[in-house]
Amino acid sequence: MSTAADTFGRGLAGRRRRGRAVTGLLAVLMALTIGVLAWVLIYVALQGFQYLSPSFLVQNPPGIPGAGGGGFFNGILGSFIVVGVAAVIAVPLGILSAVYLSEYGRGRWSNAVSFFTDILIGIPTIVTGAFVYSIWVIHFGFSGFAGSLALAIVMLPLIIRTTTQMLQLVPDELREGSLALGATKRQTVLRIVLPTALPGIITGLMLAVARAMGETAPLLLTALGNDLFTETNPGKRMSTLSLQIFNNAISGYKANQSRAWAGALTLVAIVLILTTAARFFAGRSKVSR
Amino acid sequence: MSAVDVRLGRAAPRDRQGAVAWLRGDGFFRVVVTACASLVLLLIAGMVTFLLIEGFDAMRHYGFFSFLTSTRWAPSEADATRSSPNPYGIVQFIYGTLLTSFLAMLIAVPVAVAVALFITNFAPQRVRRPLSSIVDLLAAVPSVVYGFWGIFALIPVIKPVGDFLAGTLGKLPVVGAVFAGPFFGYSYFTASIVLAIMVLPIVTAVCREIFLTAPTAWKEGAVALGATRWEMVKVAVLRPSRSGILGASILGLGRALGETIAVTMVIGNSVLTINKSVFSQGATMSSVIANEFTEATEPFHLSALFVVGFWLLVVALIVNIVARRIVAAQAAL
Repeated sequence: MSTAADTFGRGLAGRRRRGRAVTGLLAVLMALTIGVLAWVLIYVALQGFQYLSPSFLVQNPPGIPGAGGGGFFNGILGSFIVVGVAAVIAVPLGILSAVYLSEYGRGRWSNAVSFFTDILIGIPTIVTGAFVYSIWVIHFGFSGFAGSLALAIVMLPLIIRTTTQMLQLVPDELREGSLALGATKRQTVLRIVLPTALPGIITGLMLAVARAMGETAPLLLTALGNDLFTETNPGKRMSTLSLQIFNNAISGYKANQSRAWAGALTLVAIVLILTTAARFFAGRSKVSR
Repeated sequence: MSAVDVRLGRAAPRDRQGAVAWLRGDGFFRVVVTACASLVLLLIAGMVTFLLIEGFDAMRHYGFFSFLTSTRWAPSEADATRSSPNPYGIVQFIYGTLLTSFLAMLIAVPVAVAVALFITNFAPQRVRRPLSSIVDLLAAVPSVVYGFWGIFALIPVIKPVGDFLAGTLGKLPVVGAVFAGPFFGYSYFTASIVLAIMVLPIVTAVCREIFLTAPTAWKEGAVALGATRWEMVKVAVLRPSRSGILGASILGLGRALGETIAVTMVIGNSVLTINKSVFSQGATMSSVIANEFTEATEPFHLSALFVVGFWLLVVALIVNIVARRIVAAQAAL
């Protein structure tokens, strides 16, 4: 007869000891991972708070290399404009695409769309930036809007993926009830299915916005940046918070790096607030896994 | 309200009133959502096409494959009238991309599997969700912040480690070249560690999903046979998840290959030729694009950067398609 001791070739005490050792090792690696996160966040906070002040949020950079003072107001505003326009483009397209995948898609075409949505998530964002450069910037020049196009392409597959998942969680009984009462499929989708899944959809949207807020690489090739003054016209080249952090961080001047740390802290705060708010909406979801 | 039309796709009517009804109806709605969804396919096809078009000038001038046979990137030597030798060799960038990505996976995958196992099978039930959220937060930190942190917080800490390894492993025959010093902080090695931290949450998340689908009957069977928790995990969770872990790793690899800003900030951006040692400065396909794109003034310089972008896209497409197929096959089990 075969026993567990035979199978694992060791006495019970030895097997228990081995089990405890593995559990301990896994716990250490878990702790290490949390430790790295804490290291990053605390380091950014410590450096950032040395310079962060209300004036940092309302002033522009001094414009002289290495000069102290000033803030990232134009970049913060630019981030909100560029990401906002990107969201206006990507959100409706993303939600309607998800409606297709969840409510209409059967067969090869929808399989292809679903598959390549996942592939699009994995495409390097610098390539996205180069693509937008070739279709837009070459003809119309660097601009905040070009940055928005690039970020919209980054956000689109993320929105499609999360929204599709949320729509698929809506119970079929709701759709059947609506159709049985005489609603058309369009009415069922727009008035029953989408509102039911709304909290979950908003969670996905906020995570996509958080991701776009931190993107830097595609903006280097599209929005380009503008450290000198506040630009509110998306048709002109525009600074964003991420671009200003990048440019100031690698500048080699202490004063610029101080501003970059305060900017990094601001950016991390914005992203964490969005991520936490997204979780709050996820908690309120009427449908859940 | 019009009659229920659950069958979709009525033909478009010719009269005006009918047209309004059609626009409000199901058929038109179906057309709209299908068109939106098809945009994804159009975008990917467009990326391949437009990167090729922009890279075409340089490819025609220097030859399609000449970029893949040279390790010398020297835009200042470019001359619009000479087509040979090609001053835009990109092998060293491909080397940099592959080296940093594989090194990152070597560090990240074991840790990610361990963390995912701990969360799904070892941690007390009530802390599993919080632990998942904490690991997910690692993915929320923007790339530019990781790069900045890498320069000022990470490099001083790993400098002694790198010096030690370069002083010991670097002195060995044969493999010494891969670990040779001097180590200045900015290096493939540093970029790999930053990349490892960035892909860790992605690999962990996929592994977590896969471990949760482990068949309960196997787990119960193992426990019923007297297996300890680790033995149960080994036979009933890890073994059936092997191909899923591979898929998760390749997915992480895909992310590492394309990561740009953090790498650009810590890799040192040495583009001229190939530096083999992991402790030397280098560049990746994405970092050279980020660095030179807006200052590409030499003949065919910008076009050559698009060639780099094209090959980066090709590598990313292949890696992601393979990974998705493996993960999908695992999910279908």
